[in-house]
Amino acid sequence: MDTIFQGFISAFKLILALNPELLKIIWLSIQVSGGALLLAILLGLPLGALMALRRLPLRGLILNLINTGMGLPPVVVGLVLYLLLSRSGPLGFLSLLYTPGAMIIAQFILAFPIVTSLSHTAIVNVNPIIRQAARVLGANPLQEALTVIREARYGIITGSIAGLGRVTAEVGSVIIVGGNIAGYTRVITTTIALETDKGNFDLAIALGIILLTISLLINVALRAIQRLGRTSSGVILWD
Amino acid sequence: MGLALELVEISKTYNGLEVLQGCSWTFEAGLTHVIMGPNGTGKSTLLRLCALIEVPDRGRVIYLADGQPLAPDLALKRRLTLLLPGVGVFNTSVFHNVAYGLKIRGMGSKEVEERVGAILETVGLAAKRRQRALDLSTGQSKRLGLARAMVIEPEVILLDEPTASIDQENSEIIEGIIKKIKAERKATIVMVTHDPAQAERLADRLLLMRDGKIAPL
Ligand SMILES: Nc1ncnc2c1ncn2[C@@H]1O[C@H](COP(=O)(O)OP(=O)(O)O)[C@@H](O)[C@H]1O
Ligand SMILES: [Mg+2]
Repeated sequence: MDTIFQGFISAFKLILALNPELLKIIWLSIQVSGGALLLAILLGLPLGALMALRRLPLRGLILNLINTGMGLPPVVVGLVLYLLLSRSGPLGFLSLLYTPGAMIIAQFILAFPIVTSLSHTAIVNVNPIIRQAARVLGANPLQEALTVIREARYGIITGSIAGLGRVTAEVGSVIIVGGNIAGYTRVITTTIALETDKGNFDLAIALGIILLTISLLINVALRAIQRLGRTSSGVILWD
Repeated sequence: MGLALELVEISKTYNGLEVLQGCSWTFEAGLTHVIMGPNGTGKSTLLRLCALIEVPDRGRVIYLADGQPLAPDLALKRRLTLLLPGVGVFNTSVFHNVAYGLKIRGMGSKEVEERVGAILETVGLAAKRRQRALDLSTGQSKRLGLARAMVIEPEVILLDEPTASIDQENSEIIEGIIKKIKAERKATIVMVTHDPAQAERLADRLLLMRDGKIAPL
């Protein structure tokens, strides 16, 4: 009981002192998860939109794959990526294993299906009359598509935040392909795992508090966006 | 003087139901044509075909300028518009809904500002320009739809029940606006309504749609 209490005291001291090691770990987490999310949006939104707006061949199959991908266990992603990136693997020449780059790829694989699938759903659910309205007002096919996508923006943002939620909290994939190297590939979740293992609870608890805070903020943002999309509060989001 | 519109033997079938059955008609340039007729006879379908947002299964929809047929390309589509029965309000502000048609035509923001401002005055929505358009009442939404259509100064304006299911006051405002468009004598108007008195007041040509065909009333 006493060690737990002591751990919390020390943890808060670390946080309040803006401990450099702590900050470095948090900053890398933001870079890795943020980078992965950005990539997931850059590729997932166009794919989701394309499937929603055009009759793609194999659309059903792609949708099934993507929906399956939403539930991929992070450790399996880590394992497969490890095998691909290891020195003797087919992508070994890239020398990415145990780098932040590998961690971004791993988390991208986890976020991509979520962003794609939720963007697709949001765009498919836009009332068909929006498309007609765009057309009768003179939109060309690209403008028409962008208008429908814009109408789905709250759902798309929700999907992106959900993707972020998935990657910030996961440890399985980044610990395998990142290797948890001090000062280089250590992120919040992997550090918690390692330091707990070593019995060094101060840093683990401090990072745990920060991770919980981030999750909380993500959830608050999610709810706020969903509320904005529904309410008739007169808020304008396209000025 | 506006465009004339010629329908040649157009047919349209949905799920095995032949809604339009070889319908032919000529809507003369610059006149107001009012179509009445029972529900489900294909009036809305006809207007969507006229707006070139759907194509007939058979037959042709031909726009004519001084008797010369025009190619059904984007340039022609941008000379027409249709006020949909459900309007299709975008989830943006009132201002941006009306500005839409001008922006996608590449108009500069200063001119957009002026034109939209003027139209919003005309339809009585100037005070609501910054409001979320989805918050408007049904009647206001119809006025918004009309503003969105008018701002692009169409040569053909297709109106699908512009005063259906709204209150008397909004209905009168909208009818007043249509009269104004009519008085300018620049646009060809094709309008569907269920209100015989209104049809009488607005029409140069009164038409009846029945069994997938148009006939004079
Ligand atoms: N997009 C569509 N898909 C399937 N059926 C349609 C579609 N549009 C119209 N219909 C059918 O066509 C018939 C005529 O509809 P509509 O043109 O809306 O008639 P009106 O406007 O005269 O009431 C109706 O039976 C309607 O159910
Ligand atoms: Mg109708």
